[in-house]
Amino acid sequence: MQRIGVFVCWCGSNIAGTVDVKAVSEALGREPGVVYSINYQYMCSEAGQNLVKDAIRDQKLTGVVICSCSPRMHEATFRKAAASAGLNPYMVEIANIREQCSWIHKDMATATEKAIILGRAAIAKVQLNAPLTAGESPVTKRALVIGGGIAGIQTALDVAEAGFEVDIVEKEPTIGGKMTQLDKTFPTLDCAACILTPKMVDCAQNENITIFSYSEVQEVKGFVGNFRVKIKKKARYVDETKCTGCGLCTEKCPQKKVPNAFNLGLDTRRAIYIPFAQAVPKVATIDPDYCNMLKNGKCGVCAKVCTAGAINYQQQDEIIEREYGAIVVATGYNPIKLDNFEEYAYSQSPDVVTSLEFERLTNAAGPTSGTLLRPSDGKHPHTIVFVQCVGSRDTSGCGKPYCSKICCMYTAKHAMLTREKYPDTDVYVFYIDVRTPGKNFDEFYRRAVEEYGVHYIKGMVGKVTPRADGKLSVQASDLISNEQLHIDADLVVLAAAIEPDKTARSLGTMLTASMDTNDFFTEAHPKLRPVESPTAGIFLSGVCQGPKDIPETVSQAGAAAAKVIGLLAKNKLTCNPCVAHSDEWMCNGCSSCEKVCPYGAITYLDKEFRMPDRTVAIRRVASVNEAVCQGCGACTVACPSGAMDLKGFSNRQIMAEVDAICKE
Amino acid sequence: MVFSYYPGCTLKNKAQRLDQCARRSAQVLGIELQELPEWQCCGGAYSMAQDEIASKLAAVRALNGAKELGQDLVTLCSACHNVLKQANHDMAENEDFSRNANNYMKLAEPYRGETKVIHYLELLRDQVGFEELAKRVKNPLTGKKIGAYYGCLLLRPGKVMQMDNPENPKILEDFIRALGAQPVVYASRNECCGGYVTLEDRALASKKSGAVLEDAAQMGADLLVTACPLCLYNLTKNAPTGHQLPVVYFTELLAQALGVDTAREDGR
Repeated sequence: MQRIGVFVCWCGSNIAGTVDVKAVSEALGREPGVVYSINYQYMCSEAGQNLVKDAIRDQKLTGVVICSCSPRMHEATFRKAAASAGLNPYMVEIANIREQCSWIHKDMATATEKAIILGRAAIAKVQLNAPLTAGESPVTKRALVIGGGIAGIQTALDVAEAGFEVDIVEKEPTIGGKMTQLDKTFPTLDCAACILTPKMVDCAQNENITIFSYSEVQEVKGFVGNFRVKIKKKARYVDETKCTGCGLCTEKCPQKKVPNAFNLGLDTRRAIYIPFAQAVPKVATIDPDYCNMLKNGKCGVCAKVCTAGAINYQQQDEIIEREYGAIVVATGYNPIKLDNFEEYAYSQSPDVVTSLEFERLTNAAGPTSGTLLRPSDGKHPHTIVFVQCVGSRDTSGCGKPYCSKICCMYTAKHAMLTREKYPDTDVYVFYIDVRTPGKNFDEFYRRAVEEYGVHYIKGMVGKVTPRADGKLSVQASDLISNEQLHIDADLVVLAAAIEPDKTARSLGTMLTASMDTNDFFTEAHPKLRPVESPTAGIFLSGVCQGPKDIPETVSQAGAAAAKVIGLLAKNKLTCNPCVAHSDEWMCNGCSSCEKVCPYGAITYLDKEFRMPDRTVAIRRVASVNEAVCQGCGACTVACPSGAMDLKGFSNRQIMAEVDAICKE
Repeated sequence: MVFSYYPGCTLKNKAQRLDQCARRSAQVLGIELQELPEWQCCGGAYSMAQDEIASKLAAVRALNGAKELGQDLVTLCSACHNVLKQANHDMAENEDFSRNANNYMKLAEPYRGETKVIHYLELLRDQVGFEELAKRVKNPLTGKKIGAYYGCLLLRPGKVMQMDNPENPKILEDFIRALGAQPVVYASRNECCGGYVTLEDRALASKKSGAVLEDAAQMGADLLVTACPLCLYNLTKNAPTGHQLPVVYFTELLAQALGVDTAREDGR
């Protein structure tokens, strides 16, 4: 006979404000099999847990039902409490009367009724629960970091420092990411390259770090502690082991008219190139879209001038298979395309630039060697208009609904530096709100206004029009003085919203890591588990999780590394015992389950069976690899003969829950 | 190619040249425009009031007329096009409006926005093709610098009109190029001319039109084209002294380039 204890939590007023918890515990106390029922203000507190533990011992409970918050929040807490009191942890069931009841209903009478029904379902289920024992799986002591920007670099360095191997996969020919393109960094104005490139070099020199540049993750299989990943190393037509990075080929290549992606197309490069002087690895790459030799077999200049013999036009993409215990996503961001914002004339005038292009125009290693010149005529601009929130905080559907977070600060930086270097330049900044929360951020912005005389105007630019005389006529509104403004500008700089890298969505699917509607990766808990994906073993670093500046990215990268180290430090991981199991006598070997299994956990065996008539038959039956199975339950639904079942969530248990809910 | 054609009131009075040149040019281009029988005024301006039904019913009747003939509906006047297209969008997307309008009209079969409304310019771009049009030109307008004036109604709201990018359009520029002339892009080509404001504040309409004309002239335009009778009125009758530019309907240029008779039917 089952002896079940019911524990109803108030969650302060979270549950008790909408659900009559006393009525719930009384009603559930009358359910068959329930010998003990109680309610308490905070069941997850130590005192609350002790109530559960004491009741298990004193009442000799065989099953426990906790009516509280989502099992995602505290199932582990209560299972642990049960285990410490000597009850198998899988004899604990959670009825979610917070997220699925009190938080979404207003009427106390009906919410209470629903809470009772949810509790009843859990009681019906726990009656059929069987004790389960978790197995163990080994941990591969190596981490994969996808993306080699500042986020990926910092995570990799921190993990490597703890003594674990780390691989960085970067799709560009060099690591470094967006930060390599920046000039100065707010709020201290240190040069981006000066603080980043030493870290890039550290990555290259660290014996625990392997960099796969110009490579992409192609396939991810396995699970936490045991990921198997296929990495596609794209052909760069240069032997990385031989190339010395001397750069001779990049000077001699006759194909000079390739838009230079590193400078955002503001100048050109050759078909064989090293993105920038401090690239890591400092190895040349041939752009197959422009190389004459690869396109029509005529040229070969780079091979002739290369003293190291590193050029290899026959090089093919290479697939590398590696195993990892943990995966860190650090795929970063890009500014949005401005096709939906034609009113700013970005496509009509070269003198309308994005803020990232402005970084290149002021960077000493940029196309103008750091002198601010207009792209159209190479003249010094005397009036510059900065437009903030281009596509950020946009509910019209043209842009992004969120705040891109970094634009207020980098625009203040651009405006301030322009005024410092070129005091004869008039600088206007149009804003919706200036948002500067961060250490020394607001002081920085105020300096731009108060010391450097930047004209900050609350209002938006409605239209930018190129004029015949080469000026840009800017039409805008000043919301504070309620005036229409017309400014004749030489340069307009658009603070374009940022969005997750295009590869994020497909990567999220590969990793079965959840994402939000804007393609940012979702964290396991927005406050308490901010660097973990809900998918075990997947960690998040940098802007792939949400807009961030460099200080915040580096902090998060370090946090992700700490989580990775915590995982890799373990020799064994406890497996989830709620895995699929096939009844071999009922299985007809149809392969339906194998086809739907997303983890490749099901195989088929030809097995001998002693039949009732004492003959021996060989039958094909399904077999589940419990270490690989994640307990998703897809196979139990697909199985036509009802042979497949999920431990802890058996068909009988689920039907019992449904019956309990539907019972009058 | 046979299409239903909705001219609208102004095109039968003040803006006869817009209508006549369009129909004669269509004939030359092998397009048959069949004027809708018993069409009524489109309402003149699309009412923004959510519960306004009566003023939009004439537009719905015209749309349903084309549906019954099984033809796409061609429009020409910017204002009529705007009203018909928006009313059609309401019939397809706004359930409340569509139900009320259908209840009121008691049609044999309820109308749900089935008719495709296309502007004459879209007809030239998508059915004839500007490349093909260029081949048909007999008197190319070589050397002419022409500013396209879109006004506000032809392209907006962009999501409903779906003709061109309302902030950086090119359909009229491509049209001008097809006729052999040189398009002049200027800032206020998609700004308001003053519209109906001229009825109560002529000075404001004059200011708005003046800004358009000045801007176009600065960029070197010596002629403006429009598809809207009200724009043409404001840009000519309300032009401030010293800012006058000739303004014609785009179909007048089309007829001229195709070598079609451009004389008015009423001989004026």
